[in-house]
Amino acid sequence: MKLQRFLAVFSSRNKEFLRDRSALAWNILFPVLIVMGFAFAFSGESLDLYKVGVIKEQAPATRPEFLATRYIQFIPVTELNAAIIKVERHQLDMLLDLAARRYWINDSSPKGYILEQVLRGTSSGEFSKQAVSGRGIRYVDWVIPGILAMNMMFSALFGVGYVIVRYRKNGMLKRLKATPVTPFEFLAAQVASRLWLIMAVTVTVFIGTDLFIDFRMLGSYLDLFIVFALGAVSLISLGMVVAARTASEELAGGLLNLLSWPMMFLSGVWFSLEGVHPLLKKLALIFPLTHLTEAARAIMIDGAGLLDIAPHLLALAAMSGLFLAIGSYLFRWE
Amino acid sequence: MATLLEVKDLVKHFRGVRAVDGVSFTIAKGICFGLLGPNGAGKTTTVEMLEGIKAPTRGEILYKGEPLGPRFRHEAGIMFQSTALQDFITVGETLELFQRFYSKCRPLPGIIESCSLQGFLDRDTRKLSGGQRQRLLLAIALVNDPEVLFLDEPTTGLDPQARRNFWELVQTIKALGKTIILTTHYMEEAYNLCDEIAIMDHGKIIAQGTPKALLTEHFDDVVLQLPREEFPAGRDHLPMTIVHSRNAVEILTNDVNATIQQLLALGVSLAHLQIRPRTLEDLFLELTGRELRS
Repeated sequence: MKLQRFLAVFSSRNKEFLRDRSALAWNILFPVLIVMGFAFAFSGESLDLYKVGVIKEQAPATRPEFLATRYIQFIPVTELNAAIIKVERHQLDMLLDLAARRYWINDSSPKGYILEQVLRGTSSGEFSKQAVSGRGIRYVDWVIPGILAMNMMFSALFGVGYVIVRYRKNGMLKRLKATPVTPFEFLAAQVASRLWLIMAVTVTVFIGTDLFIDFRMLGSYLDLFIVFALGAVSLISLGMVVAARTASEELAGGLLNLLSWPMMFLSGVWFSLEGVHPLLKKLALIFPLTHLTEAARAIMIDGAGLLDIAPHLLALAAMSGLFLAIGSYLFRWE
Repeated sequence: MATLLEVKDLVKHFRGVRAVDGVSFTIAKGICFGLLGPNGAGKTTTVEMLEGIKAPTRGEILYKGEPLGPRFRHEAGIMFQSTALQDFITVGETLELFQRFYSKCRPLPGIIESCSLQGFLDRDTRKLSGGQRQRLLLAIALVNDPEVLFLDEPTTGLDPQARRNFWELVQTIKALGKTIILTTHYMEEAYNLCDEIAIMDHGKIIAQGTPKALLTEHFDDVVLQLPREEFPAGRDHLPMTIVHSRNAVEILTNDVNATIQQLLALGVSLAHLQIRPRTLEDLFLELTGRELRS
């Protein structure tokens, strides 16, 4: 590989992308609009019900009067730590441990405060308070890693897959074949160009929407950057596989849609895969977007480190390697 | 003269069709070699195999005695029949892009001047006229100061003025000692530019040599042209070969004086008489029984 030829293709592809104002604007506006739309649509309080988690490891001798209060939903929980996290995230307004006579509320939750007053009024002095803190997770906090990942997927698949097919169809690849440029130099330049463009757009959208929405980000920004970069590489490589031989833009468009639509709905971008059929859950693991979304979400919402999401990173790295190998093996100029 | 390219028994099949059917020739260094023939004769397929773009089904191509390889790609300049250039970059940037692909380059200002690109260097390549675009594609083919230059139907679709300008440009490149391989279906173009030609039809070479030698080999006559309306009807029994072409009557003769006297004796007006030598177009018709552009 000769760096000069790689850089020549790389920089001319960048110019093409940056000068195509309408496409550039769309690449940035599209995710911003979706994020803003969700933030607006889910901004109201969705449930008026009070939710109290109740740990029932041992049945208490007397049932507290509190449990008979109306308009409170009592949810049995078995695992203490998971339930405390839910209180931190405002998914539970209160957690009650009947056996140990303890309760947890989130100091920043108004509902927690009301429930505390109710509890004191009905079962005065019986329970000791365990305060936790933590901001509530809005749907927009939960969905934003997925939206960023999904936008990345479209940009990667279509920006590489579709563009290389267009180059092949209009004869540009034939012209390059007649020069000393090797397929590896050409493909590496396409991947590199798309990678930095995707990362630049994602960082811009992230910063831009965060200014307005101030979403939850507990993990390290560097870790998130690494996850997004690796995810982008895997999706770009997938686009390369589609573009390796396809000569018709229609066929390429069809194949890319065939890949992107199932990923969009089955990778847990919009809704959690917790409750879906186990088979579907397994199927989702073959999509790079699933690993990208879950890893990014774990970093942003749970503050996970790279070690915690190592399985996702390994899957993304393995997929990238596999797709790159297949893509360059199958690649033909014409 | 040293041989630059050697082609031995080249065959190319496309889904059962023999597009090129056993073609052999050699091209000496420094000449302009023309591949002529009608559309679909196999010219472009042949030349794309020479360029290393298509792999032959059978046969051998040697450049400087070696099979085509990286050396060839560095030393060849190629102008395809149609090439899309990258969108959103200018003429100047396109030239720089291609120049960075090669280790040995000719300075751009010289190329820009000889191809007359000065006026539109900053223009987007999508906004060029036909002639400007062809000059840019030629300039791209010249960025690596090639030893051998391939021009595949370079003037197809150009107006007559742009075509003549392009011919002049090719003549100046020829003067630099470059080897040129040209395909065309314009016989005039081949006659003006080529030192040697091979005429192709149905994937085979049916005649090869210098244009002059080919003409003298096949013809010893000239053509007398008269407007159709000045030629008396019902004279088909005249002792001369008469060819009716579209607007004129053409008489083939190897004794102009005698024919003119015969025509005068018949009372034919010679006011609009034209005498022309035989052309490559006639040669093609003679060899195949078909007109080149039919």
